[in-house]
Amino acid sequence: MSSIAINNPSAIHHDDHGHAHHHETFLTKYVFSQDHKMIAKQFLITGIIMGVIAMLLSVLFRIQLAYPDHSFPLLEVLLGRFAPEGRLDPNFYLSLVTIHGTIMVFFVLTAGLSGTFSNLLIPLQLGARDMASPFMNMLSYWLFLVACVLILSTFFIESGPAGGGWTVYPPLSAIPKAMPGSGLGMTIWLIAMILFVASSLMGGINYVSTILNMRTKGMDLWKMPLTIWAFLLTAVTGILSFPVLVAGVVLLIFDRSFGTSFYLSDIVIGGQALAHEGGSPILWQHLFWFLGHPEVYIVIMPAMGIISEVMAVNSRKPIFGYHAMVYSLIAITVLSFIVWGHHMFVTGMNPFLGGVFMITTLIIAVPSAVKTFNWLATLWRGNIRFTPAMLFSIGMVSFFISGGLTGIWLGNASLDINLHDTYFVVAHFHLVMGSAAIFGMLAGIYHWFPKMFGRVMNPRLGYLHFWLTFVAAYFVFFPMHFMGLDGVPRRYYAFTEFEFMEKWMSVNVFVTWSAILGAVAQIAFLINFFGSIFFGKKSTENPWEANTLEWTTPVERLHGNWPGEIPTVYRWAYDYSKPGHPTDFIMQTVPHSETMSSNLPHDFDGNEVAEKIQEEWNLAHNASKNPEQVK
Amino acid sequence: MTINQEPDRYSLQPKKFVLWLFIVSSIIFFAGLTSGFIVYSGGGARKALNVDLPKVFIYSTIVIILSSVTMHLAYLGTKRLKFAQQKLWLWVSLLLGIVFIALQVYGWAVWTNLGIFFINSNATISFVYAFTFFHILHIVAGLIMIITALKSSYGPVPTVTNSFRMDITSIFWHFVDIVWIYLYVFLLLNR
Ligand code: HEM
Ligand SMILES: [Cu+2]
Repeated sequence: MSSIAINNPSAIHHDDHGHAHHHETFLTKYVFSQDHKMIAKQFLITGIIMGVIAMLLSVLFRIQLAYPDHSFPLLEVLLGRFAPEGRLDPNFYLSLVTIHGTIMVFFVLTAGLSGTFSNLLIPLQLGARDMASPFMNMLSYWLFLVACVLILSTFFIESGPAGGGWTVYPPLSAIPKAMPGSGLGMTIWLIAMILFVASSLMGGINYVSTILNMRTKGMDLWKMPLTIWAFLLTAVTGILSFPVLVAGVVLLIFDRSFGTSFYLSDIVIGGQALAHEGGSPILWQHLFWFLGHPEVYIVIMPAMGIISEVMAVNSRKPIFGYHAMVYSLIAITVLSFIVWGHHMFVTGMNPFLGGVFMITTLIIAVPSAVKTFNWLATLWRGNIRFTPAMLFSIGMVSFFISGGLTGIWLGNASLDINLHDTYFVVAHFHLVMGSAAIFGMLAGIYHWFPKMFGRVMNPRLGYLHFWLTFVAAYFVFFPMHFMGLDGVPRRYYAFTEFEFMEKWMSVNVFVTWSAILGAVAQIAFLINFFGSIFFGKKSTENPWEANTLEWTTPVERLHGNWPGEIPTVYRWAYDYSKPGHPTDFIMQTVPHSETMSSNLPHDFDGNEVAEKIQEEWNLAHNASKNPEQVK
Repeated sequence: MTINQEPDRYSLQPKKFVLWLFIVSSIIFFAGLTSGFIVYSGGGARKALNVDLPKVFIYSTIVIILSSVTMHLAYLGTKRLKFAQQKLWLWVSLLLGIVFIALQVYGWAVWTNLGIFFINSNATISFVYAFTFFHILHIVAGLIMIITALKSSYGPVPTVTNSFRMDITSIFWHFVDIVWIYLYVFLLLNR
């Protein structure tokens, strides 16, 4: 019935190939590759390296928090002037926190996550040979890499890396002599960020154009897997918000380097008044958070898409509420642009405006809750296969719930007056964004590793990695809620300096050791990841028995993805355990004419001819519709 | 049954779409800057744009509108396969673009001579410099596109490529034109 004439011989794509394969050298294949699968791997491996670095930075500052008065001679050996006499320099502590946050939010969870999975999955799951503009795609990776190198290079300059926090609020970020971390390190931070945004925009523009223009036959929007919906909306969010960050950053650069006063006013340093007059630091906060809040959803939405897919596959059930899932992603995208004020409740904003932001903020909890309930309903009574990817997906949902609940506290302006800038906020966003998104990313890595490297990761190491990381993350972040409720502020160097904070020292020791445990657990992952690239078990074409198109491509991963024609799509991605069908999954490429025993009336989208044929078939095979006779 | 065609990498449609998305992000960029202006100037009477814009901005506005017209003529020339016409009007547009930049820079000079500096305790004035500066960057990008279009109108490229380049160049050029008109009207309204 819904068979579409397949014409269009692969003529075009053949000479395209001859052309691409001819001069493939090491450089064009692995370094300046324009193949989306290779670019995905470049993003992933760069992201993993950056992630490990940022994690080690956090271990360093955690050691400081647990043992503020101890001297660790080893630190001086490792860090030199940044740790005189074996104690971290206070300014270096601030730089560590800043660079940790910057790398994790932007370089790992934005570029590493979107860059990897959007690049890998958009063409593969939609049936395209590559991205709309493979060249721009390559450029996107290289800009990202330069940004990474720049940000890391600041560890080697005299004044050290930027130190104003990942949100780089002026005046600290706008006056080079305010503190060491405001100097050259900050300048480089700003330049790296502009390159990063250029990279993200190029990537995002490519993703959107590919998704909207290059889907295979039959792949209408409502047949796309949720991963693709998530990547689409993430990219749209990025296109609509990142340019505002650039606008803010260039004004900041003008203030720093040319002496304008967009953000600065009435500053006195060392008894001397600066010439800057009339600026407003709050302006930066508006521009920053107009990006900053959408940014947190840029981080979490790909993770949401990934775990929706992984959960459906491993529950052997259709995703619960596919349409609701899509609409809530759309709602999140729209709402995320009108809530930025909740980061600014204590800037003295008009209370009425605060109320408006409070309402929009609390509304965003609704689509978030819809998604959560749908994931839980997908698990409900599924034939769950506990693969490592599945465990990480369930872990993601767990973190999203426990971190999302505290968002509702923070979203209330009156409560936020107490909680703002305390460890409560740190706990909130590390659970809901940090841990949840990292778990989504790890789920994606375990799940699509076979598509990237043709091999399967070791499940045992995967389980070890999961449990250690899961427990460690809760041990690290859960106690921080109580510290925050007690009013302990974030970004403080030594708890021993303040009497009311001293009682939290023992908790800090516990948190630090949990963080070290979590860091050690990642060794299991690194061994597994890099080991499996070379020695992993060879994968079959469809190792997880999934429905989506990427599992119809050969394990060898060809340039152009499919050796012959691109397959046609006939159904949505979630026909798992469909009653009446002999196997518990039906791939998207199987036409309904081959699944007469399991078709349902709504499968035909109101196509009357098809419905008629099905009815006749049902009559003829009435027996099999009789429940007793189904095996 | 579906509108999708077998996608192939030579299809130009997705690439044109890329341009539109780039334009969207540019719009957001200028929207961000102008919102910054509004937030800033909401901060009190001393923070309003209280000087006259350089008169020359009127002339630059006229020049850029003219250049949009000539760009359209070049576009029509290409559509009708009259490549001599395409070349001529592209050259004219290029020239007008350069004149536009010169006029804007002259506008800066006028202000600076009046003592209205970029570095100013009234940041709305710094904003005006910033708006015009970033708009000029866009103009420069547009000029580069015009030069590529010119090159392909002379060079040995297939007509499809030539007309595709012409297509995206004219879209982008009209866009930077509209951005300037937006900025100018915005500034006039917020004086
Ligand atoms: C249930 C929905 C959510 C609500 C109501 C909410 C509310 C808030 C509020 C009011 C703050 C500001 C706290 C303060 O600084 O005083 C905040 C901070 C934060 N939230 Fe959420 N949030 C929610 C979900 C999320 C999600 C899903 C993410 C990320 C994926 C996220 C990431 C963050 C981050 C990164 C910060 C801290 C930024 C910083 O100051 O460094 N939130 N949240
Ligand atoms: Cu937010």
